Amino acid sequence: MIWDRRYECMPREEIEQLQLERLQSTLNRVYRNVSFYRKRFDLLKILPDEIQNIKDLAQFPLTAKEDLRESYPYGMFALPLREVVRIHSSSGVTGKPTVTGYTRNDLQHWSQLTARVLAAGGVTKDDVVQITFKYGLFTGAFGLHHGAELIGASVIPMSTGNTGKQVMIMQDYKTTALVGTPSYALLLARYIESGGINPKSLSLKIGLFGGEPCPEALRKEVEERLFIKATDNYGVSEVMGPGVSAECERQNGLHIAEDHFIPEIIDPQTLRVLPPRTEGELVLTTLSREAFPLVRYRTRDITSLDDSPCPCGRTQVRMKKVLGRSDDILIIKGVNVFPSQIESILLEVEGVEPRYQIIADRVEGIDTLEIKVEMNEGVFSDEIKILQNISSKIERKLRDVVGVSAKVKLVAPESLQPQEGKTAKVIDRRK
Amino acid sequence: MLRVESVSAFYGAVQALRNVSIHVSPGEIVTLLGANGAGKTTLLKVISGIHSLAKGRLLFNGQNIAGLPVEQILRLGVGQVPEGRQIFAPLSVMDNLTLGAYVRYQREEKKKIIQDLESLFELFPVLQERQKQRAGTLSGGEQQMVAIGRALMSRPKLLLLDEPSMGLAPKVVSGIFKTVQVLQKRSTTILLVEQNAKAALKIADRGYVIETGRIILEGETKDLLNNKEVQRAYLGKEYREVWE
Repeated sequence: MIWDRRYECMPREEIEQLQLERLQSTLNRVYRNVSFYRKRFDLLKILPDEIQNIKDLAQFPLTAKEDLRESYPYGMFALPLREVVRIHSSSGVTGKPTVTGYTRNDLQHWSQLTARVLAAGGVTKDDVVQITFKYGLFTGAFGLHHGAELIGASVIPMSTGNTGKQVMIMQDYKTTALVGTPSYALLLARYIESGGINPKSLSLKIGLFGGEPCPEALRKEVEERLFIKATDNYGVSEVMGPGVSAECERQNGLHIAEDHFIPEIIDPQTLRVLPPRTEGELVLTTLSREAFPLVRYRTRDITSLDDSPCPCGRTQVRMKKVLGRSDDILIIKGVNVFPSQIESILLEVEGVEPRYQIIADRVEGIDTLEIKVEMNEGVFSDEIKILQNISSKIERKLRDVVGVSAKVKLVAPESLQPQEGKTAKVIDRRK
Repeated sequence: MLRVESVSAFYGAVQALRNVSIHVSPGEIVTLLGANGAGKTTLLKVISGIHSLAKGRLLFNGQNIAGLPVEQILRLGVGQVPEGRQIFAPLSVMDNLTLGAYVRYQREEKKKIIQDLESLFELFPVLQERQKQRAGTLSGGEQQMVAIGRALMSRPKLLLLDEPSMGLAPKVVSGIFKTVQVLQKRSTTILLVEQNAKAALKIADRGYVIETGRIILEGETKDLLNNKEVQRAYLGKEYREVWE
């Protein structure tokens, strides 16, 4: 279902006019209200008055996560705190957290945007929505929560963890829509199967996945095991949270809410804007944020934009599923390699788990790539020939799909298990 | 219907509009809010062709109207009710109104013009009573009706209304704004410039806030009403805070 036909199906020409208007007013406001932007624009001698059309945005400086950290906590707010009614922040795992604020209008827009996400995934007022994102500073749970309420669905704010209870509630409360990360959905599917519950006996029919990249193979697996239709949605907590983009029922890319954000794709090395259908880093400019507007924010997520029309009727541009983080890109003999590409290949191969470690090295001036992959219990004890078959199959696929040759090494099950959080998926010894 | 794209305009060396972009869709009432000297009237004058633009594009129903003479823009369907009404004081009400249909006379539309006068008198019965009176002797509210009526006589598709509430008593203002809503129902699209933000936001679908020649906010009416800056600067709500 299309939640907001007026904006989601707006003719391109009108979207572009709206973007130009909102971009100009956003730049005027950040120049007036945010000293970070005023100083930076003045330094580069580029003023908001110079925006004649949307393409001129490319002349403006990029905003990086480090800029947000330096102005921790409230330095980049465009309004005084008393006009802010909500504060969210990032986890701060890799440094100082980033803080974002919302005015009443910001929250209302956010609810509208997540309602679009949910409606595009098939949620209606008759659905029972179980939200398994963590409620707290993280934007995921609250964002989709309010959208689901706006639609009129019945919301179960489960938060994370306690898988047994999640399943019990799913059964007893007759949950029809599951909101969470795709990997948690897979975990739930496994738990349900191992508990002897027939997934068909559940009322579940819709999955709304976000919070992490969702490779096609993972989506397929969850859909088949839980008997649901799952759509992928995308958000950036600094920019707003979920609601930036979402797949429609066609599952062919995520429609970006272009009435609220201008997307650009840049080359993460040269920082130049790239043409449509070229992979690069997604950069977002907010168009309606009052408390925390961002100009050309580098998301670090790698994707590409597709401006061809979608059969669903929405006119908003689509972005590909996120391929990975620009920080994670490995350049092997000049070829860009994303860990997520390797992950999707592993998901397609039988006998291995999608748990791996990539080791890049340089031997006598030549880049080498080694991938350690966990076998699953089934093939672990099998004869060497079968194992060799599996590893050469992965190597072949890597050459075909990614375009690099790598040495695949199968390791014992559970040997790459995360210890204290996350195992490094990528080790680059060339640095 | 109307698309204003990155328009700049000057009075001599003084820049009155800086990269202003707005649009008005068919059937909408769009309001332009701003303080004195922010550039509201200039923008209307640029749209109607009275003031020339230095940069940017003006599209009316897809046609570029930048640089066209005033009467041609009027013929295409852009009517204007100027600030301070600007009626012809020594002329009768009737003459004022028929002058509004001046661009139509050449096309033997007399019958239609008479019909339009009748429907106008339905809208403003008081003008029928006073049709022979000199327009300058009318009250402020009645003069505003003459100004609106005169603009309507050109059968505009888009009506530019400049400060219709200026100098009028609150009760008269609410009457004028009710009329604007009636016009919307009769499928006239309206761009309304107002200092009386409260009254304007009551009837508008969307709005823009202009400050020193720049648009600083755009949004649906409910967003603007919720916006603290709008509340403070234009709705007179008590609010003082300096933020650094």
